[in-house]
Amino acid sequence: MLDLKQDFFALFGLPVGFSVDMDRLEQAYLDIQGKVHPDRFAHLPDADKRLSMQWATHANEAFRTLKSPLARGQYLLELKGIDPAFETNTAMSPAFLMEQMEWREALGEAREAADEEVLEELARRIRHSNRGLIEQLAVQFDQQGDLEVAADTVRRLKFLEKLQHEINDALTALES
Amino acid sequence: MALLQISEPGMSTEPHQHRLAVGIDLGTTNSLVATVRNGVALCLQNEDGRMLLPSVVQYLADGQIVVGRKAHAAQAVDPRNTIVSVKRFMGRGLKDVSHVETMPYDFVDAEGMVRLRTVQGVKSPVEVSAEILKDLRVRAERSLGGELTGAVITVPAYFDDAQRQATKDAARLSGLNVLRLLNEPTAAAIAYGLENASEGIYAVYDLGGGTFDISVLRLSRGVFEVVATNGDASLGGDDFDHRLFCWMLDNAGISLPSDRDARRLLMKAREVKERLSLDESVPIRMTLDSGDEVDLSIDRAVFVDITRPLVAKTLKPVKKALRDAGLEPDQVKGVVMVGGATRMPHVQQAVGEFFGRTPLTNLDPDTVVAIGAAMQANVLAGNRATEDEWLLLDVIPLSLGIETMGGLVEKIIPRNATIPTARAQDFTTFKDGQTAMSFHVVQGERELVSACRSLARFELRGIPPMVAGAARIRVTFQVDADGLLSVAAREQTTGVEARVEVKPSYGLADHEIADMLKAGFDNARDDMELRGLREQQVEAERVVEATERALVADAVLLNESEREALDAAIAALRTAAQGQDARAIKIQLEAFNRASNEFASRRMDKSIREALAGHRIDDLRI
Repeated sequence: MLDLKQDFFALFGLPVGFSVDMDRLEQAYLDIQGKVHPDRFAHLPDADKRLSMQWATHANEAFRTLKSPLARGQYLLELKGIDPAFETNTAMSPAFLMEQMEWREALGEAREAADEEVLEELARRIRHSNRGLIEQLAVQFDQQGDLEVAADTVRRLKFLEKLQHEINDALTALES
Repeated sequence: MALLQISEPGMSTEPHQHRLAVGIDLGTTNSLVATVRNGVALCLQNEDGRMLLPSVVQYLADGQIVVGRKAHAAQAVDPRNTIVSVKRFMGRGLKDVSHVETMPYDFVDAEGMVRLRTVQGVKSPVEVSAEILKDLRVRAERSLGGELTGAVITVPAYFDDAQRQATKDAARLSGLNVLRLLNEPTAAAIAYGLENASEGIYAVYDLGGGTFDISVLRLSRGVFEVVATNGDASLGGDDFDHRLFCWMLDNAGISLPSDRDARRLLMKAREVKERLSLDESVPIRMTLDSGDEVDLSIDRAVFVDITRPLVAKTLKPVKKALRDAGLEPDQVKGVVMVGGATRMPHVQQAVGEFFGRTPLTNLDPDTVVAIGAAMQANVLAGNRATEDEWLLLDVIPLSLGIETMGGLVEKIIPRNATIPTARAQDFTTFKDGQTAMSFHVVQGERELVSACRSLARFELRGIPPMVAGAARIRVTFQVDADGLLSVAAREQTTGVEARVEVKPSYGLADHEIADMLKAGFDNARDDMELRGLREQQVEAERVVEATERALVADAVLLNESEREALDAAIAALRTAAQGQDARAIKIQLEAFNRASNEFASRRMDKSIREALAGHRIDDLRI
């Protein structure tokens, strides 16, 4: 019997791993939502409605997790019993930390100067860096199976995502 | 005389009755009801052959309530008791409403949702809206010749939880079974997408009487997926009227018009605005009650100039929605224009310039939302075969969070999360021995609680005394397919459940709704009881029918004794439903739900497996 506790990869019939075939993931997600979505159950008894909401919620959570590289990496570590310890483990390579500081400074200055172009440029550089980390993760998880190293990369990705959010917020603030 | 229908030999009669379901566009200015008849969606007319019902309610001293055109005509005569644009007050406090100073109402200054004092007593916006919905329900029942199974009610996509809940409460109060709250731009996308077999990224720009929405959707074979939505829940055609109204006052040298004159001038402003969409110049002539003469003329260029900031204001949410969707304007394949206010040429022009393409105006911007809602209602009522159904994936417009120390917000569900969705977050105690915790639920994008909308407060009591920071209180947010939030809290180490009593900040408590329902029946207890009984009977019939159909398809999922137990439960429910005791039916319904739970789970399981199996077969073909 399927249950709501099974892992997200199994739910979509995908092999467990960092590299995910996005088309296949999306198709499986839509196929499942097509069966479980509350719109299919609006005319049915309450027991069915309740189940439908649980499953549709679960499918959305699973899809959201597997779609995003950061969430997927984090989830894979969790499945393997590794805590990425975002709050406590901040031991990063000096080079990475230097780059982070540089970017933060640039963000602060651009925010101060309300410079949209600089912000956009910064966002582009971070996206580039992001892509590099994602490629590394595929190797670390799926080829080398080195979870400690992967956890370190996931932590870096988390840093970058936070920075991306802040840039987005700064851009949004410029518009209003 | 109605002719009796006989089906062709060899053809079975319909497996189940066509259920009467409608879509309702509850608008700021006008409301509509639509349904699908013989596979075609159409708006229903009233006895006078009109589709648009002005969203105006007049309370008369003799206890009568007038809704629609007549009330609209009365607004300048009896402004205090004639409520227009009530949608702007739904789920809102007095301080949230713009232009209060020019409104002729007797507002009741109290906490929570704004109330209006009328000749028939104090009214909540929920009750006023319920009158509009009741009018449309009666119109639909007359026109379709039977009781409605349910309705899809549309709401602006950018409505927050309090506004959505208020809308649902109004529907309940009007005697409608709400199949779903549907976002207006999404409804329009369904109508447009199905009509034009569209595929790709589309934006819906929906400027109504009082609200603005922008939704970005991905349309693909049978799937409508909202990628991002944004908007302004208090920006619409009304604001254009108001700018023109102020211009008229300035240019006619009138400083403080009476309530009646203000209403007449506002009505005039709307008329002039509408004419300016067609004519380059419009004369404005009227004699006010005060004796003042208004003799002006306005050019379209002047109107465009004074309302330019409003048009610019709509483009900010558009930019935000695109950023959230990770898209550039030129990646949008088409921009569907919805809402009467998009008839203004300078609105169309601004949108066209922003996206670099002419917006799509081939659907009637007044009716497209109701038509889409009717199509969705038809699906939700179960009138279509599952294979022809489309899948609709919508999102919540605004982040949901909890207040933490220092007046900051911890976001639990981010905006644009696909619904239904649930997220949990752990909190802990601040002091040693702390046994209670109070939570403040807010909605919005800002980091400070004071800049977000307050939704509700609740308390968790009975936490066992522990040292500070030892308790683990998990707060779970669940947003359902209507975009409505429910919250649960639980202490993890001991399992103490919150006795959560939610006090809505701008909503109505359950007992208030119950009181209004009672009052609505004019103390005719029998009527209300009869209605309650009828509702339970209909629900029982629905449940029995659905289960029997499921048993035909999936009997193999049950063994002999399970089958017997379920059959017995059906028989018991059926017997109860034939009686006249609403409570007895309710008890049997609950018992039945328990008995059928396992069967429902197994069917769900089977259909998910089928979905995955189908998918793998597709893969093999590639």
